[in-house]
Amino acid sequence: MLNSELNLNPDIFASPQKKSMRDGFGEGLVLAGELNKDVVALCADVTDSLRMNLFKNRFPERFIELGIAEQNMAGVASGLAAAGKIPVMAAYAVFSPGRNWEQIRTSICYNQQKVIIVGSHAGLNVGPDGATHQALEDIALTRVLPHLAVVSPADALEAKKAILKAIDYPTSVYLRLSREVSPILTTDDTPFTIGRSLVFWLPDQTKEFSGITIFVSGYLVFEALKAAQELKKEGIEIAIINNSAIKPLDKELILDWAKKSKAIITIEEHQIAGGMGSAISEFLSENHPLPIHFMGVNDAFGESGQAQELIHQYHLDQEAIKNKVKEILKI
Amino acid sequence: MKNNIKELENLATQIREEIIRMLMRAKSGHCAGPLGAVEQYIALYFGDILKYDPQNPDWSERDRVVISNGHYAPLIYAILAYAGYFDKDELKTLRKLGSRLQGHPHRLSLPGIETSSGPVGEGLAQAVGMALGLKLSGIKSQVYCLMGDGEHDCGNTWEAVMLAGKYQLDNLTILIDRNNIQIDGFTEKVMPLEPLKDKYEAFNWKVLEVDGHNIEELIRALNKAKAIFVKPVAIICNTIPGKGVNFIEGEYQWHGKAPNSQEAEEALKQLRTMKGKIKSELD
Repeated sequence: MLNSELNLNPDIFASPQKKSMRDGFGEGLVLAGELNKDVVALCADVTDSLRMNLFKNRFPERFIELGIAEQNMAGVASGLAAAGKIPVMAAYAVFSPGRNWEQIRTSICYNQQKVIIVGSHAGLNVGPDGATHQALEDIALTRVLPHLAVVSPADALEAKKAILKAIDYPTSVYLRLSREVSPILTTDDTPFTIGRSLVFWLPDQTKEFSGITIFVSGYLVFEALKAAQELKKEGIEIAIINNSAIKPLDKELILDWAKKSKAIITIEEHQIAGGMGSAISEFLSENHPLPIHFMGVNDAFGESGQAQELIHQYHLDQEAIKNKVKEILKI
Repeated sequence: MKNNIKELENLATQIREEIIRMLMRAKSGHCAGPLGAVEQYIALYFGDILKYDPQNPDWSERDRVVISNGHYAPLIYAILAYAGYFDKDELKTLRKLGSRLQGHPHRLSLPGIETSSGPVGEGLAQAVGMALGLKLSGIKSQVYCLMGDGEHDCGNTWEAVMLAGKYQLDNLTILIDRNNIQIDGFTEKVMPLEPLKDKYEAFNWKVLEVDGHNIEELIRALNKAKAIFVKPVAIICNTIPGKGVNFIEGEYQWHGKAPNSQEAEEALKQLRTMKGKIKSELD
C-alpha cells in the first residue's frame, strides 16, 4: 500500500496530473534564482526544451548561452563557481555528462568547484529521437566521480525540489531528468532530501510480506507502483523504494530493507552495468549479501518508438516487473 | 617598477636553474615548455602587472591566473615560491608522495593555484567563466590565462575563444606560449595552427604579438592589454622551447623529459654563464 506518511499524491492510480521532470526543473530553477542571487544558469542550445527560458526571461543577465558546446559549458561553469557563483548547467544527458565527461572530472570535480549538472532526456522515454539521444550511461559516468552526488527524481515535483536542494548541497550534484511527461506521484508536502530515498509502497502489515523489495528510480517508479498494486490484488505484498539517492546511497534504508527481504530487484532506465542497481549491489554484497535481480537495459542501445512502447519492448513496464516478482517467488 | 629589467632577467635565470634542479630531482616532468615560458611569468608576477597578495591568496579583488598548460608545473611552482606563496625549500618535493607540488597543479594543495590543471584545452573555458563571474559581481579584477600553442588543437579551446568574443570579455587576457612544439613534433606538422593571429582576430579578439623572451616587451604588452576595452586580448609570445640550455632549445623530444644529473649539470653551467644574465656567485 502507498506509504501514508509521505503525503503522496492520492490520485496516483486514478487520473494523476502528468508533467515532465524538465518542467519541474524549469520552475525550480526560477525559484532558486529568486532565493539566491548567485545562481547562474548555463545552457547549450536547448534552452526552451529544458524549460530554462523561464529563468532566462526572469534573469537575462544571469543566463549564459554557450551554443552547442557542452565541454566549454563544464569549464565555464567551473570558472563561474571559482568566481563565487552557483552555476546550474543543463543539456541532454548524452552530451552532458556524455560528451564533456573529462571536463566534468577535471574542471569541476577534481577542482572541487561546485556546479549543478542537469542531464535531461535520460532513458528510453526520450522515445522517437532514438538511441543517439537516449542516455543510458549517465549514472555510470557520474557516480564514479568524487565530489559529485547523483540524484534521479521520480516526478516533476521531485525534480523541482531536487534543484532547490542541490543549490544548498555541499558538493556538485548531477541531476538526472526524463523528457516524457509522467504522473505526479508526490505532493508539495512529500519530503525530498539528497542522499535519502523513500519507501513509496509498503507491504500490508496485516498480511504476509513476500520478501521482495524493489529499488527503482526515475520515470519507472510509476511502473513499479502499478505492478505493486496489481500484485497486491493477487495477494503478493512487496515493498518499493523510490531510490532517488544514487550517490550517496541511503545506506541505512537499503540495509534495513535488505534485512527484511529475501531478494531485491533493481529497476532503472539505464545500462545494467554501472547503474543504480550496481551501486546497491556493491553496497549490499559487502554488508548484507542476498539475491539481487537487475532490470535495466542489458548491454544494448535503445531505438525509436513511443516512450511507453519502448518501456514495454525493453521489459521495464509493469507487466515485466510483475513477471519478475513472480519468477523470483516461483509463482 | 619595483624591479628593473636587469634584475628581472637575472631572476629569470634563477627560475630556470630551479626548474632544472626540480626536474632532475623528480626524475620526470616537462622541461622544454617551462624553460621557454619563464619570461611570461616573470613579467606577470614581478613586472607590476598582477594584483596579488601571497599573504592573502584568496583576496577577492586579486587578479586571477589560470594556467591552462598544467605541465608547466615546475615553472609555476618556482614562480609562486619566489613570489612568496611558500618556502623555496619546498620546491625540492616536486612530484614526491605527499607533496603539495603535484605533477600537475592541484588547486586545493597549494596557495596561489587557481585551478587544477593538466589536461590541456580546458583552462581557457575556466578563465572565461571567471571573467564572466567577476563581471557579474562587479569585481574589477583581470583574468590571465597562460596557454600553450598545442592546446589550440582542442575543440574546447575554440569554444572558449568564441564565447569570450561573444561576451566581449575585456577583463580577460591570455598569453599563448608560441614555442611551436608539442609531444608529437612541431605544431605546424602535427596540426597547423597558422595564421593564429588572424584566427583570434576573426573571433573578435585583439591580438598582440611579442618576443616572448623580451621582458620589457612583455610588460609593455600586458599594460597595453589592460587598456584595451570591449575585447579580450591574446598576446602571442614567440618563444624558443628549452630557452637557455642549448641542447634542449628547439628540440621537441624534450617536451616531456627531465634531465639526468649530467644533463642537469651541463644545463646549470650554461645558465650560470648566460651572457648578460650572469647570476651573482655570492647569492
